[in-house]
Amino acid sequence: MDFTYTETQDMIRDTLSRFLSDSYDFEHRQKLIASDAGRDPGVWKALAQDLGMLGAAFSEEQGGLGGGALEHAIIMEEMGKVLAVEPYIPTVVVAGSALTAVGGPLAEQMIPAIIGGEAIVAFAYAEPQGRYNPANLRTTAKKEGGSYVLNGHKAVVYAAPWATHLLVTARTGGSQSERDGISLFLIDAKTAGISRRDYPTVDGNRASEVYFENVSVPADALLGAEGGALPLIEKIMDEATVAICAEAVGVMHKLHEGTLEYTQQRKQFGVPISKFQVLQHRMVDMFMEWEQSKSMTLMATLKLGLPDNERKAAVSACKAKVSRAAKFVGQNAIQTHGGIGITQELAIGHYFKRATLIEGQFGSHDFHMDRFEQLVLPD
Amino acid sequence: MEMEFSPEELAFQQEVRTFIAENYPAQLRGKQDEGDELSKEDFLAWHKVLYEKGWIAPAWPVEYGGTGWTPTQRFIFSEETARAECVKLMPFGLTMVGPVIYTFGTPEQKARFLPRILSGEDWWCQGYSEPGAGSDLASLRTAAVREGDEYIVNGQKTWTTLAQHADWGFFLVRTNKDAKPQEGISFLLIDMKTPGITVRPIITLGGEHEVNEVFLENVRVPADQLVYEENKGWTCAKFLLAHERTGIAGVASSKRGLEKVKEIARTEVDGDKPLLSNAFFKRKVAELEIDLTALEFTELRGLAGPNANKGPGPESSLLKIKGSEIQQRLTELTLEAVGHYGAPYFRGFDEGDNAHPIGPDYAHRAAPTYFNMRKTTIYGGSNEIQRGIIAKMVLGL
Repeated sequence: MDFTYTETQDMIRDTLSRFLSDSYDFEHRQKLIASDAGRDPGVWKALAQDLGMLGAAFSEEQGGLGGGALEHAIIMEEMGKVLAVEPYIPTVVVAGSALTAVGGPLAEQMIPAIIGGEAIVAFAYAEPQGRYNPANLRTTAKKEGGSYVLNGHKAVVYAAPWATHLLVTARTGGSQSERDGISLFLIDAKTAGISRRDYPTVDGNRASEVYFENVSVPADALLGAEGGALPLIEKIMDEATVAICAEAVGVMHKLHEGTLEYTQQRKQFGVPISKFQVLQHRMVDMFMEWEQSKSMTLMATLKLGLPDNERKAAVSACKAKVSRAAKFVGQNAIQTHGGIGITQELAIGHYFKRATLIEGQFGSHDFHMDRFEQLVLPD
Repeated sequence: MEMEFSPEELAFQQEVRTFIAENYPAQLRGKQDEGDELSKEDFLAWHKVLYEKGWIAPAWPVEYGGTGWTPTQRFIFSEETARAECVKLMPFGLTMVGPVIYTFGTPEQKARFLPRILSGEDWWCQGYSEPGAGSDLASLRTAAVREGDEYIVNGQKTWTTLAQHADWGFFLVRTNKDAKPQEGISFLLIDMKTPGITVRPIITLGGEHEVNEVFLENVRVPADQLVYEENKGWTCAKFLLAHERTGIAGVASSKRGLEKVKEIARTEVDGDKPLLSNAFFKRKVAELEIDLTALEFTELRGLAGPNANKGPGPESSLLKIKGSEIQQRLTELTLEAVGHYGAPYFRGFDEGDNAHPIGPDYAHRAAPTYFNMRKTTIYGGSNEIQRGIIAKMVLGL
């Protein structure tokens, strides 16, 4: 048993942390997210080409640094600390992992493009009626000769406005919530028949409603077995879930730190409000939630390689705990700041917004409690 | 980063498991299974087995009788003893006064007391709290006045756990009334048979005689039983407090407790289904299990993480807070689970009484245990005091 990081992992964290504190200075970030593009494409390029960060988790054989889930977690925790809007999770964690799992010519072509920063992949899995169940799908893909024809509507697809490719879940068979009959496609985002409504999200990211109208894609866009992709989809979503929990740990870090600093400056009744025991104990509770979130994220990261049901139980335990923690730390950070906390002026409110959306991404507390219970405490 | 045990660690785990299976006192196991109250001899029976094996004080330095195990081995050992439901070793000698003596004591004190702590010959108790000094321990008033080669001690201690069995006690006493509260306290070792000591039972909510009041009236204590320097007792006390919190998370025994709650909730029937299938009860069990996992990995991060060799710091307050909350929630769920049969008051078996108590076996102790375990968030520095420690030492507030 050993819970220490390697030198390489420490180096990844340090390098990234230094780079992001320059490129994601708070004022600068606010300008970026308000710009037309909603981001600075140069940051992604630099992450790929100057820092080699996008390859950290790929094997050396694939052209990466030989890392894995721990590297994803380190990178996303640092991203969380600066509220980065980079599409790391859909591109590197989700698409990278799906391509690695499936292999073949498409993987050989796409992985270098991901590591090099040329490809951005958005993960189009959610649908308006499906809530958090990845099997609840109305989007269809019909085989017609040497191609598939996609029809449907994907909801709140993060990073879709920037994407070169879309990773799409669709039904090639089965009924709306059946586990069988689900397939996964990686397709060019500019394929004819795809239309988008782009919008900013309330936490400063960009997303789209994506519509597929008779979108014809070649048969080799299919990742894995036709109709049998759900286990793979669940696996990559679990990896994404843990990565977003790591991001939450970074966000909570700043919410907690910001609250400590503010209470030491802010004076009421003639003393810094940090001297009040009721606030001290609340900040201790926030600290404990954050610490336990670190522990759960590490636990789930280390269990991502276990058999399906053990992995799912660990990830759901993690997300359920981290969702609650993010809510608690976020709400109490705002409450402790008082009025200034609910303005756009201070960074704290923007961390709160991100924490709030993370609670629901890749499954809410309730969704993951249900999944945990079905696996660990079955009737 | 590696979550699994190494082959050497797995072999060690097997060794511990086999040792417990072959050497745990059968009579003690029987009493535990029956839910009988355990005597001093019962507690000492397991202590002696471990002492003879050389495993009685894993955390001590090897020169004083420790095992030289890695933190992971110690973790495995505590997991295995909890899994096998071995009785808990009394902490007063082994994890409290022992480390104080080998850290601060004179060579004579070490030679005199440490071997008898290891062997179990001396049963220790802790004379800290007073009626007027609980969370504000430094305000204690029990006074020791030096007269020649002796201290004359007068005062009253309270909440003294199992003092009725104790041969020796370690006491915090005031030796300087004029100094700042923390700077006038000394750490004295007192033979509990010394004239002038009276131990009176305090019966707690579950009906147990676990704690006592200790009255000291002109108790004459040889001066060579002062540990460290006069008026430096607070240093020993703070050291001990940090030591006491190691392992206080109680992860291994709470894991076993959780399994028991599940067993009960599978046995109890709610309508036409097991209680564990009731969505509300199930959610509480699931949340407890998740919180226990969070506690376990928080402990492991400290144990085998980058700061593994620095020893327990103020972060251990987190383990105490969350660990004690979980211990209480387990007893709360057990009491909820047994439903009506939490009510009958079972006083234990009278001599020659074979009548089976009312309700299922697992229900007899549910309420008394729930009542008793309210202590966990109060003792060892209440959870409010622990929050104060984190606020000051970790957050710098």
